[in-house]
Amino acid sequence: MLLLINNISVVYSDVIQVLKGVSLSIEEHNIVSLLGSNGAGKTTTLKAVSGLLKPENGKVTDGEIIFQGEKIHNKAPEEITRLGIIQVLEGRQPFKYLTVEENLRVGTATRPGQSFKDDLELVYHYFPALKTRRKMKAGYCSGGELQMLVIGRALMAHPKLLLLDEPSLGLAPLVVREIFQIIKRINEEQKTTIILVEQNANMALQIAHYGYVMENGRIVMEGRANELRENPDIKEFYLGLAPDGEGHSYTDVKAYRRRKRWL
Amino acid sequence: MEFFWQLMINGLSLGFLYGISAMGFVMIYKSSSVLNFAHGELLALGAYIFLAFMMWFKIPAIPAFIITLVLCFAFGFLVERVFLRPLIGEPLIFVIMLTVGLASMMKGAILLLWGGNLYTYPEFIPQTLTLSLGGVNIQPVYNVSFMLGVVFLLIFGFFFKYTSQGIFMRSVADNQRAALSLGVNVRRIFALSWAIAALVAGMSGIVLGVINGINVHELSAIGLKVFPVVILGGLDSIAGAIVGGVIIGVLESFTGGYLTPSLRDVVPYIILVGILMVKPYGLFGQVEIERV
Ligand SMILES: Nc1ncnc2c1ncn2[C@@H]1O[C@H](COP(=O)(O)OP(=O)(O)OP(=O)(O)O)[C@@H](O)[C@H]1O
Ligand SMILES: [Mg+2]
Repeated sequence: MLLLINNISVVYSDVIQVLKGVSLSIEEHNIVSLLGSNGAGKTTTLKAVSGLLKPENGKVTDGEIIFQGEKIHNKAPEEITRLGIIQVLEGRQPFKYLTVEENLRVGTATRPGQSFKDDLELVYHYFPALKTRRKMKAGYCSGGELQMLVIGRALMAHPKLLLLDEPSLGLAPLVVREIFQIIKRINEEQKTTIILVEQNANMALQIAHYGYVMENGRIVMEGRANELRENPDIKEFYLGLAPDGEGHSYTDVKAYRRRKRWL
Repeated sequence: MEFFWQLMINGLSLGFLYGISAMGFVMIYKSSSVLNFAHGELLALGAYIFLAFMMWFKIPAIPAFIITLVLCFAFGFLVERVFLRPLIGEPLIFVIMLTVGLASMMKGAILLLWGGNLYTYPEFIPQTLTLSLGGVNIQPVYNVSFMLGVVFLLIFGFFFKYTSQGIFMRSVADNQRAALSLGVNVRRIFALSWAIAALVAGMSGIVLGVINGINVHELSAIGLKVFPVVILGGLDSIAGAIVGGVIIGVLESFTGGYLTPSLRDVVPYIILVGILMVKPYGLFGQVEIERV
């Protein structure tokens, strides 16, 4: 087990409780998808792991997070990133006034002074579009290019565990497909373990090995990705597929009840 | 015409100095949003440390200059560590008030050690550095100041564009959360900005001390000119700080030469007010990239 999240509670500003006993276990070399609707607490879970709760006045008040045998909850992001955990933030967050290549160089912050030429080439190998834009200010890149940039930037840090927060956000379906294929290749070729937070359950479950579903700060379901894809509740609530052979209005009522049970 | 060029060149070299010390101010602002009201005292500190090495320890000018810069750098680092770091996360206004307090403390310390008299450095810039360009004589100190300006500009240009630390510094100024997510040591960057700011301020303090003599009240007043300079240049633009500095320097020089010397120190503030009324973000502020 690479990462173990054991029954954690997270509270913001000492009063707003957002996570209420979340547990995840992440196997090495897997892609684990974390699904859930808006406000479920997915981003908060990632931030609890990466230490980025701290600057937002959030805290793990209960439970523990163990990475490679070491307790890391409530440590500073400077420390956690140096253990090999890198979070790619929701909504991309490039350095707008830095060029694409300078953005990538910031990814070497956890290992200053070491050579990074090979790593740049590796990133350009996965994202050839970035190479042609290398001298351009990141602020002028398109959304798809930016998503590639921030994933590439994280790769520069040689992460053991990569936390991706909604990489599909606001991108065209074709671009999403391309980026997800690359995420899968990174996982297979670089042996990077990935936690993939997504609204786009369909795409996420196609490349993930395992999945968790989160609602209202709790894990409500988990399972192997192929099983989750077949699960009728998941199909209905997250994949947007109607279950077969049932009348519409009847299904709605039933779905409402079923969903209510979860929340 | 010769007089014109004389004023122009003096103004340019002074302006360069203003610009470079303003660059330090802008760096602190860009990385941590803190306005440093102790900027003038940092200037004075450089001038007095140099004075101490020259007069008390009788060290030759060039080593004394280098040691002074190193000490200023270390002092800036220390100030961040001791005074500002405990306030990270507190409302900005506290931090800014702290720099006001710091300014008084430094001024007090300097007055205690040296008193309020006007000192001058022993002559150390060789007269052979006087430059004659088509009948215009440029005094050695302005020459030296100009050269220092160019050298520092090249060094910092290189530092910010090509070295990793320089790029990390810019990344913190650009998007602090993202920098944090990649493991950039943001607190170290704050400290480094203070260190560099103290260094460039100290450097300008020494040159201004050569030109005007060394007096803590005067030097800290000159330090306040950083406000018109950065307002003119745009608070968030390092290149703007240099341009703003040069413009203020030249205008001051012309006012002093053609109108009356008593007006020269007022001109920057007249410009400041004028600009704030028409263009509150400065003339050369960073163009906001909207597309993201
Ligand atoms: N800094 C904060 N202070 C207080 N409350 C917060 C903070 N950040 C998030 N929250 C609250 O925590 C809850 C979960 O937020 P979180 O961002 O983790 O959800 P999410 O699952 O990532 O949602 P989305 O899919 O919309 O990104 C929300 O109700 C949100 O309002
Ligand atoms: Mg989120």
